[in-house]
Amino acid sequence: MTQVEPGLWTTVADSLAVVCLLAGAFLTLAAGVGLTRFPSLLARMHTVTKPQVLGLVLMLTALALRVRSWSAVAMLVLVVAFQVITSPVAAHMVGRAGFRTGKVDPEDLRPNEFGEPD
Amino acid sequence: MILAAVIAAAVLVAVAALLALVRVERGPSMLDRAVALDALTITLVGAIAIEAFWSRRTETIPILVALSMVGFVGSVTMARFAAKEPEGEGRVRSPEEVAAQARDVDVPRGERRGEQRGGPRDVDAEDEGGAAR
Repeated sequence: MTQVEPGLWTTVADSLAVVCLLAGAFLTLAAGVGLTRFPSLLARMHTVTKPQVLGLVLMLTALALRVRSWSAVAMLVLVVAFQVITSPVAAHMVGRAGFRTGKVDPEDLRPNEFGEPD
Repeated sequence: MILAAVIAAAVLVAVAALLALVRVERGPSMLDRAVALDALTITLVGAIAIEAFWSRRTETIPILVALSMVGFVGSVTMARFAAKEPEGEGRVRSPEEVAAQARDVDVPRGERRGEQRGGPRDVDAEDEGGAAR
């Protein structure tokens, strides 16, 4: 894609970008609502790792469709890759620490491969 | 169309950031705050993306790369050093409670610390939604 290209494709790309941006912002809001309203640590972790990351991916897709330059797209792909790699790591660490410090009900884990805490 | 979408998305993301901040304030444990701050960082990335969407500038995109690289370090570090917290310790106290504690300074703090080692493990059993045990 070239930088300036007025016409049909620009309109199509911008429209797609708007749809992606709104969907991504909505998913981010959904993650925020879940973060506030969900009852337990694991449930809150779910909202941060899943809807939040999908929302971010959608918003960055929208940005890529709007900016339309390959160097920017390469960096945005990098952002998505980092997010997809680091988010499970953080969730894994937080979940394990939560279990070890007694913030996770062992009944919630099926199968419970940790055994009893402590 | 672009302007309306940008304003709507900015409002949604701002509300999401506020809700994450509410969770940071409410706790109840350090790990909940770590998770909420993680969410806040990702929301910040989204906000910067919306700004770049509006202005079509690409100079801010490296900030997104840096933020997404280091954003998870906070929650990983806090998870690494997470310890058992006595009940009520993670809560932000009201000014009255702080004043009440300042009044009876006779209670040695070491006693409360001692509980955290040998105390019952379900310190958060009173937590909202924690299953009855």
